Amino acid sequence: MNNAILMASGADIDIMVHGLFSYEIFGQTCWITTTHVCTLIVMVILIGFFFAANRKIKHAKEVPDGFQNVVELIVEMLDKMVKGVMGINSGKFANYISTIFIFILMSNISGVFGLRPPTADYGVTFALGVMTFCLIQFNKFKHQHVSGVLKGLCDPWPIWAPINVISEIAVPVSLSLRLFANILSGTIIMALVYGLLGWIATFWPSVLHVYFDLFSGAIQTYVFCMLTMTYINQAIDSE
Amino acid sequence: MNISGNDLILACSAIGAGLAVIAGIGPGVGQGIAAGYAANAVGRNPGAKSDITSTMLLGQAVAETTGLYGLLVAILLLFVKPLTW
Repeated sequence: MNNAILMASGADIDIMVHGLFSYEIFGQTCWITTTHVCTLIVMVILIGFFFAANRKIKHAKEVPDGFQNVVELIVEMLDKMVKGVMGINSGKFANYISTIFIFILMSNISGVFGLRPPTADYGVTFALGVMTFCLIQFNKFKHQHVSGVLKGLCDPWPIWAPINVISEIAVPVSLSLRLFANILSGTIIMALVYGLLGWIATFWPSVLHVYFDLFSGAIQTYVFCMLTMTYINQAIDSE
Repeated sequence: MNISGNDLILACSAIGAGLAVIAGIGPGVGQGIAAGYAANAVGRNPGAKSDITSTMLLGQAVAETTGLYGLLVAILLLFVKPLTW
């Protein structure tokens, strides 16, 4: 009776995160899930790419060719994106934004390679949202000082402070939910197509993969980084 | 036919999930309006096409959020089943 609603056809529709093995810590049962494994695979691929890029750039040629071209293109594109939004504040944040951009992008498009995208787990995206939240608050306190932050909280009148606090907390929640729900919806639709259509779903679902994994994933990555940069920029100079 | 309370709640959860994704109407209208104005802007100023496109995509992705909340409610009702016992 448990899973009968969606699984009425008896097909193997699989969208959930599965636990692989559990362990006890401080009396709580924790699970190593498929999300951990997929994140590890993405991380190993990225680290391999970074080592290769590092070795290539150390022996960089005057006229770039092949792999060096690709690496320089990626770095230039990310730098341009960060600079376009943050302007003079970009210097310190280009590294962070580029890192999460590459990680989220690789996570989102890993659905093409048969993994369950790590960003389709709310734990992953919530961690990213909390990181953005911490950056926003840290920069707020650093650049506007405590008095400025208090003044911002009591914006029109002090009685509005609770509402302003809620709107602060809504930032990481909406950021993470947006990324999570977009990728999860793509995962669910792909699972439905493969699970319900059976042998009919040969070759043509690749078109759906292009939309749901590549296009949607790239757009959501861009949006997440764009909003992170906009919020940080707002926190830095809200005069 | 014997319907237990749990079965009734599951059936109603399915109906509720269907109702929740009606939230998709709003973002559809909003994204359409955004795309229409973006097309208008490109028609007036074709040189700024890349800027207009990135602004449009950003606004559309933000407008999409409310629809995704509806989707999340539907998914919670179907898979997490918070109301059954």
